[in-house]
Amino acid sequence: MDVFMEYVWAFVIGGLFCVVGQVLIDLTKLTPARILVSYVVAGVILGAVGVYQPLIDFAGGGATVPLTGFGSLLAKGVKEAVDKDGLIGAFTGGLTSAAAGITAAVFFGLIAGLCFKSGSKINEK
Amino acid sequence: MNISNQEYGELTKKRSPNSKMYKTLPKAFLIGGTICTLGEGLLNLYAYLGLKEEHAAALTSMSLIFLSALLTGFEIYDRIAQHGGAGTLVPITGFANAVVSPAIDFKSEGYILGLGAKMFVIAGPVIVYGVSASVIYGIIYYIIGLF
Repeated sequence: MDVFMEYVWAFVIGGLFCVVGQVLIDLTKLTPARILVSYVVAGVILGAVGVYQPLIDFAGGGATVPLTGFGSLLAKGVKEAVDKDGLIGAFTGGLTSAAAGITAAVFFGLIAGLCFKSGSKINEK
Repeated sequence: MNISNQEYGELTKKRSPNSKMYKTLPKAFLIGGTICTLGEGLLNLYAYLGLKEEHAAALTSMSLIFLSALLTGFEIYDRIAQHGGAGTLVPITGFANAVVSPAIDFKSEGYILGLGAKMFVIAGPVIVYGVSASVIYGIIYYIIGLF
């Protein structure tokens, strides 16, 4: 039952993050790029003030999968690196903690770019 | 009924968001929630397979990014995104889609300044502002720690 609720909360919290984004798209003229940037920066701030980690403990993937989770990961990495190495950690921690995600996006982006063609858009004409 | 173009514009602006939102919000909730639940499932799977919590989380992100890249390549992700709206944008799969999609579309402009450069059209600003915000936080956190 506990496991079931874990998935329910992941669904609900993750869904709510997306609803907030959709409200921003519908009511303001924010472009997708601005929304993604806002979410990452918001995640850094929420992670910095310490409210995001409790949300991750509560909702798991519902908090880590939205891009705010990526921001909070940057903040977490910076905090741990500053604790360990001092001021230089402010410059090393963020990308270290986010390395897997960024590298995966770059590498899979390259592979996909090499393998696929932007076909259908041309074929449809 | 006689109305000017300007009045018509204001009318549609007033009407259109509300008349759409009863559709877009539930769709964003359902599709976004589903992607996050999939993430939770992968997280539990990798933890079950014995990975450390950190590595399970990293592998979950990588898996979602890989899936998104694959679905973007087959032009399935964009089809889901037509319904999902922010539900497909906000999760990390949306970030991956924003990398992969221009990489494929701009390959025709070359491998360096086309594929290589354009994949950062959206990911670039996300990394620039995210990393910079984290550096500022790190400096503040360090200064606070001095006292």
